[in-house]
Amino acid sequence: MASAMASVQLRVRDESKTGQNEPLLTISAQQCQWPVPQRSFATNSHDVFNVHHHTPDNNWETQFDFTDKNYELVSEIISRYPANYKASAVIPVLDVAQQQNKGFLSLAALNRVAKVLDMPEIRVYEVATFYTMFNRSKMGKYHVMVCGTTPCRLQGAEGIYEALHDHLGVGYGETTKDGLFTLGEMECMGSCVNAPMITVADYTKGVEGFSYNYYEDLTPEDAVSIVEQLRAGKSPKVGSQHRGKAEPVGAVQSGKWVSGPSGTVDTLVGKPRGPYCRNLDEPPPAEPKKEAKA
Amino acid sequence: MLSRGSKRAVAQLQTGVLRAFSAAPGTVTTPVPHEKTSFGGLKDEDRIFTNLYGKHDPFIKGAMARGDWYRTKDLVLKGTDWIISEMKKSGLRGRGGAGFPSGLKWSFMPKVSDGRPSYLVVNADESEPGTCKDREIMRHDPHKLVEGCLIAGVGMRARAGYIYIRGEYVNERLALERAIKEAYAKGFLGRNACGSGYDFDLAVHYGAGAYICGEETALIESLEGKQGKPRLKPPFPANVGLYGCPTTVTNVETVAVAPTILRRGPEWFASFGRKNNHGTKLYCISGHVNKPCTVEEELSIPLKELIERHAGGVRGGWDNLLAIIPGGSSVPLLPKRICDNVLMDFDALKEVQSGLGTAAVIVMDKSTDVIDAIARLSYFYKHESCGQCTPCREGTGWLYDIMTRMKKGDARLEEIDMLWELTKQIEGHTICALGDAAAWPVQGLIRHFRPEMEDRIGRAAERIAA
Repeated sequence: MASAMASVQLRVRDESKTGQNEPLLTISAQQCQWPVPQRSFATNSHDVFNVHHHTPDNNWETQFDFTDKNYELVSEIISRYPANYKASAVIPVLDVAQQQNKGFLSLAALNRVAKVLDMPEIRVYEVATFYTMFNRSKMGKYHVMVCGTTPCRLQGAEGIYEALHDHLGVGYGETTKDGLFTLGEMECMGSCVNAPMITVADYTKGVEGFSYNYYEDLTPEDAVSIVEQLRAGKSPKVGSQHRGKAEPVGAVQSGKWVSGPSGTVDTLVGKPRGPYCRNLDEPPPAEPKKEAKA
Repeated sequence: MLSRGSKRAVAQLQTGVLRAFSAAPGTVTTPVPHEKTSFGGLKDEDRIFTNLYGKHDPFIKGAMARGDWYRTKDLVLKGTDWIISEMKKSGLRGRGGAGFPSGLKWSFMPKVSDGRPSYLVVNADESEPGTCKDREIMRHDPHKLVEGCLIAGVGMRARAGYIYIRGEYVNERLALERAIKEAYAKGFLGRNACGSGYDFDLAVHYGAGAYICGEETALIESLEGKQGKPRLKPPFPANVGLYGCPTTVTNVETVAVAPTILRRGPEWFASFGRKNNHGTKLYCISGHVNKPCTVEEELSIPLKELIERHAGGVRGGWDNLLAIIPGGSSVPLLPKRICDNVLMDFDALKEVQSGLGTAAVIVMDKSTDVIDAIARLSYFYKHESCGQCTPCREGTGWLYDIMTRMKKGDARLEEIDMLWELTKQIEGHTICALGDAAAWPVQGLIRHFRPEMEDRIGRAAERIAA
């Protein structure tokens, strides 16, 4: 914490009118009760200013330290990289910190990560502000993210957003009054054939119970039903809501699941072929025998 | 077509008149012996990813039953030079978008170490809109990737590898980590991997949501614990990459197909697809089709056949098609008249001023507001620009601003030319290809849908005048 103060001190001194070697102004948690902004920014997608603002949950007096169990996890993560490149672990370690800290990285958490990894604090701040999965303001217990990029949009991502917006009463970057859901928009989540989709990051169970599940092939009703199930403490079906796994069987069309034309599906049917290897010791040009040219 | 002389047909092949290939398989005679002219209709027995749809056990037991880790020791013992030469012979081109010949790329790694270790880095930061092929590999067939890492590692003389997976793929990462653990437990990785005497370590690293980290030098920066901002090249990663050591960054699919190619032989792989576009490829077909899916098919399959055979056709029939983005959001879209005939491979799509990219086919039917669709992509690039190079940082913002107005028609006609000029100012003036990728979709829109843009501007002007 002390070093955090120091880094903040510098910044304050630059801006202070006195310009003398006065100790930095001390602001206690009580003093810095900023009016919580009506639209609290949840992710970088919406937080266009990478500036820290004091809030009751995140100020100079906030404390953060990893639990013993998570320290073990952190040292396991660090062991994956060369000993002189501990900084490589910064993203995974920040991720652990975020999971432990109920979904967001406070200033204290960033400073703790810097200390654990022997990094200058600013390097950690740089990383935390660059990557969109790091939240720097208080989150709801569930972070519900709607993919809004073109493939999902073609399949009705806007309808999903509208359904969630109407149901939860919040827009992107906002948290419901009960603190349960934060709604966010993400760019392409890489599940385009199963569009539209939402992701829910579950921050209710700490690092051990953390989950980040995709819910795919959604109709607006599915999306609402998923948040309702989460609210009731149930676990909704992960993955596609209408397919078994990833097989081609249909699509969401205008907010409804439509089974595709059955036709001849001749892809990956039956039992997969077993182990096979050609004779590796054969002279090279002897191979092309079994290809039946069309 | 049939009556033409074979010389003429060869010339057509070379100049890429693509209509010759559009007919159904079997109807076009072969003008040159050993040269295929119809593509597609890959059989299950020739599919590399046999668990793409997750119907079977993705982990070690199921994977070994499907033939992964079979005689891997022998492949490793064949040595680096053999692996490189077989990969070159197979004609495999990188599956991450650029299509660089993989065997050649792997051979750039130093033959004799100067004391620095070599690294293999697998790019699993799949974020290109439309693309979800690597995800299916990692969650349903992770052992193909893990085994491929060992093979590619040997091919590059690397002793360690990292798989950089995007942060959002949490469940995919857990599957992959489990697969690596299983491989270690079986002795397939680590010291004396597969009993071959070769030491190879593999670890998973993950990002936290940044499209730009799919660029190889940005990925390396990110892996070093910094912001993912691309580096200037040269020096290329094969000389100075991760931690200043020789590094090769390669796509998941490229790595995952390597063991199967070596086991079945490069000639088998090269028997698919046109010249210089060999092999099978995972296509992700999304958007307005009846059965969006990821499917493994032969390269050079006609786009229309790909969609009709595997994706259940375009909604409302082929005639309801408006446009297709054939290779992920970064490549220019193609209007229906080109889609009718084009082949899905690197060269054919390049000839029609688009690209195969990651083979992520985004289909838009006539109900689509195509200007809005491209404007949303412009927002994506604005959001994902790392901000390092001015043309991209400022230009993507401008693209989105102008596209937003174009969407409403709130613009002047000459602004279409200005928009074109703007894309040209971005393209080629940045460190990495994100600037190009932001410019190309807009260029494709102007190239093929200029009348729609003009019409919308005209109608908006009328509305205002009225």
